Amino acid sequence: METNHAPRPEETGSRPSAVGAMVEMTMREALNQAMVEEMERDENVFLIGEEVGSYNGAYKVSQGMLERFGSRRVVDAPISENAFTGLGVGAAMTGLRPIVEFMSFNFSLVAFDQIISNAAKTLYMSGGQFNVPMVMRGAGGPAAQVAAQHSHSLEGLFAHFPGLKVVMPSTPADAKGLLKTSIRDDNPVVFIENELLYGVSGPVPAGELLLPLGQAVIRSEGSDVTIIAHSRMNHVLRMALEEFSREGISVELIDPRTIKPLDVETLARSVRKTHRAVIVEEGHRFAGVGAQIADDLYTACFDYLDAPIARVTHTENPTPYASNLEQASLPSVAEVVKAARAVLYRG
Amino acid sequence: MAEPAFTQKEEGFRADNGRGEGRTIPGALTEKQRETLEELGREGLLERYRLMYMIRNFEQRSEQAYQQKKIGGFLHLYMGQEALGVGMLGAIGPRDYVVTSYRDHGVALALGLEPGPLMAELFGKETGISRGRGGSMHFFSKEKNFLGGHGIVGGQIPIGLGAAFTARYRAEGQVSLIFFGDGALQQGAFHEAANIASLWELPAIFIIENNRYGMGTSVERSSSVQDLTLKARGYNMEGVQVDGMNLLDCHALMKEAVASRRQNPRPLLVEARTYRFRGHSISDPATYRAREEVESYQRLDPLRQVRGLLEEMGWLNEQEARELEKKVRDEVLAAVRFADESPLPDPAGLGRYVYA
Repeated sequence: METNHAPRPEETGSRPSAVGAMVEMTMREALNQAMVEEMERDENVFLIGEEVGSYNGAYKVSQGMLERFGSRRVVDAPISENAFTGLGVGAAMTGLRPIVEFMSFNFSLVAFDQIISNAAKTLYMSGGQFNVPMVMRGAGGPAAQVAAQHSHSLEGLFAHFPGLKVVMPSTPADAKGLLKTSIRDDNPVVFIENELLYGVSGPVPAGELLLPLGQAVIRSEGSDVTIIAHSRMNHVLRMALEEFSREGISVELIDPRTIKPLDVETLARSVRKTHRAVIVEEGHRFAGVGAQIADDLYTACFDYLDAPIARVTHTENPTPYASNLEQASLPSVAEVVKAARAVLYRG
Repeated sequence: MAEPAFTQKEEGFRADNGRGEGRTIPGALTEKQRETLEELGREGLLERYRLMYMIRNFEQRSEQAYQQKKIGGFLHLYMGQEALGVGMLGAIGPRDYVVTSYRDHGVALALGLEPGPLMAELFGKETGISRGRGGSMHFFSKEKNFLGGHGIVGGQIPIGLGAAFTARYRAEGQVSLIFFGDGALQQGAFHEAANIASLWELPAIFIIENNRYGMGTSVERSSSVQDLTLKARGYNMEGVQVDGMNLLDCHALMKEAVASRRQNPRPLLVEARTYRFRGHSISDPATYRAREEVESYQRLDPLRQVRGLLEEMGWLNEQEARELEKKVRDEVLAAVRFADESPLPDPAGLGRYVYA
C-alpha cells in the first residue's frame, strides 16, 4: 500500500499535515495512549502483567494507568506468566478483552503452552464457538548486552501457528494505530514492541488512529533494491538511508509492520519494480521470518528477480554478552549495504 | 548412601467406604446425606441416575465404536467417575463456568448436552459439537459456558482461573469449576493459578478428580503428600476431601461451596477420591493395577449405589429401572446412528474457525 499513514522519516517534528495535526511523542507514550483510549472506550478491556500497576510498568509503558483505572482494570500479577496468560485466555473466552503484558517476550516462553495450545487453537478446536480476543504485548528482540536468555526474537515462532496474529511496530504512530486495532481484533494478537525503541520520538496523528493489520508501508521509495525490515531494524535502516545514497544505491525501504498477516502484495509490487530484495531481521537465520518472506517473494515474483534474495540476520549463536560479540551477532547497516551491493552485483 | 527411591513400589489402593457392596442403604446414611436425599427428592435423584447411566452407556458405545474404527485418536473414558461429574455439576447454576481435561465426555453429558452432537464429534462429523475439529478431548459448549476439554495436562487450569476472574470483574456472582486429575496437580499451572485465585479472592473451585493414577503412575509415586488437600494450605485456601464415588456427598459439597462463594468470592480446593474403571485411554490395558484393587472399587460402582438407593427408597422398582435404562440406551443408540449418518466436514471448510 503506497498510502502511508505512518510518517516518512523526513517528517520529524510536530507540524500539521494535510490529514490533520501531528503530535510528537515517544513510542512508549503512543502505546500508553492506545491502551488508555481503548480502556476508556470499552469497559471489557483490562491490562494485566508484572509491574504494570504500582510500578507504572517496567518500561513505563503503563505510566499512570493504575491511577486512572484502578486495580480492577490495571492488574499487577505475580511472576506467573503461565497462569496470567491462561487467565487472559479464559477471560477472553468469557467476554473480556485482556491486554496481557510480558515485561519481556523472553518470559512468554514460560507461557508458551497457554499461547500456542490455548489462545491460538481454541476457536478452531471449539468449531467456532469460543474466540479469544486478547493482546499479548511487551518488549521483544535483543536490547543492549542483556545476554542470551533476554535477547530472543520470537516473532517467527509465534507466526508459525495458525490462529495467532503477529504485529511489530517501528514508529510511535504505528505503535498507537496498530495497538488500538489489535485490542479491537477478535483474535489473539502477539504485539511485539522493542525496548530500544520505547524512547524514540515521532509524530503521531492527533485524534482517533486505527491502522489495519496486514498492511506494509513503504518508508522510502527507491528503484535499485527493495529492503524489507521490521521493528528496530527498520528504524535503524531508516536512520541510515544516507549511507545507501552515498553508495549510489536507491533503496525502497519497506516495513511489513505485521508479520502475520503478511502483506505480500506490497512487498512483491516493490520487488517487481526493483528486481532485487534484501530481507533484514534481528532473529536467527534458520527458519526465521525472512525465510518465509523470501519464499513468498520467490513464489510471487520469481521471474522479476535479477538476483537471489539476500538475507541479513542474527548469526547462528545465542546472543552473547560482550558488546563486541553482540555487535558481531546482530545485523548491521554495513552488512545491509554489503548485501544491497551484492544483489546489485557491485561486489 | 542408600540408593534413591525414585521408583519406590506403591502399596496399591483398596476402596472402602464402609458400606460393603456398593448398595447405599438409607438407614446407614449420615444426617447430611439424608438431608441431601430429601433436597433432591425422587425426581432429582432419578434425573441424576439417568445422567449417570447415560454417561456409562455413552462410554460403552464409544469404546465399541472405537473398536469398529469409527472413532480415532485418543479416547479417555469416564466410567467409574460418574457420581463425581453428575453430583457436582448438578449443583451449579446455568451461568457458572466449567472447564476440564481431555476426560471430558462425562462432564459434557452431566451438563445436559445432548449425546448426538457429542457422539458425532467422536466420529469426526460436521454435526459434532465442535464441528469435528476437536474430537474426544475437545468438547466445548458456549451455550453451557463449558470452556472445553483440554489436551495438555493442567493447561485448562489457568483458563478456569480466567473465567473466575471474569466473574469477579463483572461481579455477577458466577463461580468457575476447574476439573483436573491427580496428575495435573503436579503441574506448575495449578500452583500458579491457586496462588492467584487466593491472592485475588477469585471464585475458582479447583476439583482434583483423584482417580489414583496419572496414566500409569500412582499418586503414591507422584505426590509428596497423599492427602492432596494439603496443597491448599500453602495458598491460604480451604481444602476439602469428598468421596467421589458418592453422588450425595458430591452434590452436597458443591451446593454449599457454590452458594457461599457467590456471596463471598474465594477459591476452594476439592479432592474427590474416585476411580476409573478403564485404563488411562483406550490403548491402556491398565496392567499396573492389581485385579483386587479394581474389583474393590467396582464394588463401589456409583451407578449401583444410586440405583440401590432409589430402590431402597421405593422410588424405583425393578421394572421402572429397566424401562429408564432402556430409554437411555435407545437414546445413546440414536446418538450413534446420528453420528454414523452425519456428513463428514467438507475439506473446503478447512480454514474456517482459524480466525474470527
